[in-house]
Amino acid sequence: MNSYAIQCHDLGKTFRGEPAVIDCSIDIRYGRFMALLGPSGCGKTTLLRLIAGLETPNHGSIHVGGVQVSGTGKQVPPEKRKIGMVFQEYALFPHMNVAQNVAYGLRSNGESNGKVSETLDMVGLEHLEFRMPHELSGGQQQRVALARALAPGPEVILLDEPFSNLDASLRQRVRADLRSIVRRSGITAIFVTHDQEEALSLADFLAVMMEGEIVQAGTPRNLYLQPETHRIATFLGDANFLPAYGKGLYAECELGKLQVLNGFNGDGEIMFRPEDVIPIQDPNGKFKIVDRIYYGHDQLLYLQLPSGQIMKSRRLGSRDAYDIGQRVGIRIDTPVSIFATQFGCPALPEPESHS
Amino acid sequence: MGQVEEPQLPDKASLGSRDRPRNRVLRDAPPLLWVVALLVAAISMSPLLYLIVRTSQLGGTLFEILAQKRIWTVFAQTGLLTIVVTITSVFLGVVFAWITVRTDLPARSLITILVSLPLVLPSYISAFSLIVVLGPRGLLQNALSGFGVERLPSIYGFPGAWLALTLFTYPFVFLSVRAGLAGLDPSLEDAARCLGRGPWQTFRHIILPQLKPSIHAGALLSALYTLSDFGAVTLLQFDSFTRAIYVQYTASLDRSVAAVLALMLALLTLLILAVEFGRPARKRYYRSSAGAARRAARSALGKWKFPALFLCVAVATIGIGLPVLAISVWLIRGVVYGDEHLGVHGTVLLDSIFASSAGALLTVVAAFPVVFLAARYPGRRTQGVERAAYIGHALPGIVVALALVFFSARYAVGLYQSFALLIIAYQVRFLPLAIGALRASLLQINPRLEEAARNLGHTPREVFLSIILPLARPGVLTAVALVFLSCMKELPATLLLGPTGFETLAMRIWNATEEAFFARAAVPSLLLVCASAIGLSIVLSNEQKGVAV
Repeated sequence: MNSYAIQCHDLGKTFRGEPAVIDCSIDIRYGRFMALLGPSGCGKTTLLRLIAGLETPNHGSIHVGGVQVSGTGKQVPPEKRKIGMVFQEYALFPHMNVAQNVAYGLRSNGESNGKVSETLDMVGLEHLEFRMPHELSGGQQQRVALARALAPGPEVILLDEPFSNLDASLRQRVRADLRSIVRRSGITAIFVTHDQEEALSLADFLAVMMEGEIVQAGTPRNLYLQPETHRIATFLGDANFLPAYGKGLYAECELGKLQVLNGFNGDGEIMFRPEDVIPIQDPNGKFKIVDRIYYGHDQLLYLQLPSGQIMKSRRLGSRDAYDIGQRVGIRIDTPVSIFATQFGCPALPEPESHS
Repeated sequence: MGQVEEPQLPDKASLGSRDRPRNRVLRDAPPLLWVVALLVAAISMSPLLYLIVRTSQLGGTLFEILAQKRIWTVFAQTGLLTIVVTITSVFLGVVFAWITVRTDLPARSLITILVSLPLVLPSYISAFSLIVVLGPRGLLQNALSGFGVERLPSIYGFPGAWLALTLFTYPFVFLSVRAGLAGLDPSLEDAARCLGRGPWQTFRHIILPQLKPSIHAGALLSALYTLSDFGAVTLLQFDSFTRAIYVQYTASLDRSVAAVLALMLALLTLLILAVEFGRPARKRYYRSSAGAARRAARSALGKWKFPALFLCVAVATIGIGLPVLAISVWLIRGVVYGDEHLGVHGTVLLDSIFASSAGALLTVVAAFPVVFLAARYPGRRTQGVERAAYIGHALPGIVVALALVFFSARYAVGLYQSFALLIIAYQVRFLPLAIGALRASLLQINPRLEEAARNLGHTPREVFLSIILPLARPGVLTAVALVFLSCMKELPATLLLGPTGFETLAMRIWNATEEAFFARAAVPSLLLVCASAIGLSIVLSNEQKGVAV
């Protein structure tokens, strides 16, 4: 039994000579809820459409459940792939009501009645069966699109920016709902997003795409704490960088000797998150607070190092009082990441080896 | 569209940069779609190409024909008629548009409807009514004979053709300029007035330049129509190209002269189109203030009110009143005198409806692949196919008909005077109408819907039937109604290509008028006007129903 729902090997796609997806290889296990994260225009939607069969790759292959669907002259059309897809603007058929939309992917009429109400039940829309798409709110439309994709019982479902058309307040709720619906159905899901917070909080596996390439893949925790390049680090959240010299499991830098997560020797750059930097009340400290942003649930301090570099420190809670101009010391208790300064990133590890 | 594997067509340059990416499906078009669309485009191009082939085969005879003086007389007369009709149409159209949109003219909305109505009447009905009312021993002369008026200036020849065609074509300018006026930004006029310009100067320097695109569009339609008209010029006996072609075709066994004349007419039409589209890119005219701009103020007509009203009423009377009068008077006379051919034989109505339905169906079916290709896979090559299919718009009906006659007589004798050939002529002529109507509604369908349907396990054919066709329905209905209506009114192609014993309403009106059996033209005219009204109301109600997807 093949344990991968989707296997992409060396996929490439160009539009008018412009590469959109470059040599992408990724294997996705059954039952994963995976996020494909990247800035807009990085090719993530194209990768999704390649998997769905809506685009033909220029080279490389795709296997679904161990069966080849793209590559070496073979291109199974989208209707034969048994992959569900939720489109960014939902693409509900405007001339069909909710029930008809959901039933569209079901073949025989006999099974469809039960299946439609079962699926609508699952997304909590059983009472809206006879509404037309334009009579639904954005959140409801999204659920119909999800129900329509789930109804034929696909093993894989693809979601293209599923939350981008919802307003902020609705988004939180719909995210949680989607996660539980997908979990309950036990399906393999891949969603595309450019929002790192969405990717980190929803997915149990994450692939970062930049300029057409998958640059790193792993669990959200792994990627957040141990990004492999400067760009990935900044893309996944606020980060501090300092030049450093790696000596095995330690690195020398302006802050002294710090423990590192990955062995590294030679000139490099360490990365640590603002929340790892703990300020210590010390009137003679080496660091000066140059700015402070108070958010309520946390606050962000901008600390100036003796070299003039600025470093961020995020403090949870609202009670500690800090003033601009005040001098403090700092403490970093956790190991930091270290990588080569420029874009010379180390070879990609096997994506699934981290789980 | 039924194939499974999509081969890679090496196609890099073809996707234009100005395409909106959201409306584009980035796949290459299926080869079957290409084949069908190219076939349709080839059929559209064939009349023109065949005329060129046929004329080039004449060799030295061509120069003998071109040396004939009467050919150049026809050329000059056609040119003169086209120029005079276009100028008159532009004048009437702009004046009517201005006074109905921007002045305090009384009963503006009623007048708007009245002055647009002549568009519904085929030109041969206008000609019929002019002859019946203003012609020798016509209604007007009868009415005036009591006052000792023995002769009226002749309606035949240039004056009649000018009048009939102007009445038919000024609504093109009127409607297009009205739309242009509605889109004008009134704040530009305010600015001009604040800068010290009077109303007339503001009109000349600010408004008129901005109306130029709409005037051009209307004038182009007027000129093209005048060149292609057959009904009015033949009935009113004015020797323009179309009449000369018909006379040559019916009167002489050697049809070379007809072929040369037809090619000249086609080239003249294409030349006008080329000049129009070859002009340097138009400046952009847009509102400087976005959103709901203030409505432009209406200016007071003052002492011009009555002259303006008089002009409107006069034109509406000639354009709509005369046909109504002519039809009713001759209907009554026919009943009173007991003309046994007064009614329309059922077969005439059936022939009309059958030929028009077949024409409408074939044309809309043929338009689909062309529109689908151009709308879903925009690029230079697909646009080329669409343009080729548009050629029918530029070819006068008699040119298309003549080319098909020649073609079938030489290469497909079985097709000559067959129903199929007539339907093909309708397709060539009216394909652009169907493309225009379908295009708009197809572009409104988000391609994601097709992808979603494919993704849910349906084949391209099923997707077409269950998603695209239902969503494009308003456009399909509009296209069918427009083409059906145009086929009903079509005269020259029907005259030349109709099988023996075949007669439509249009042919009957034309024959009866030519032979001066005016009563026999009354009932078919009435039927045709009713059909036009019904068809037009279908088109208009569909336009309102069209929902954005």
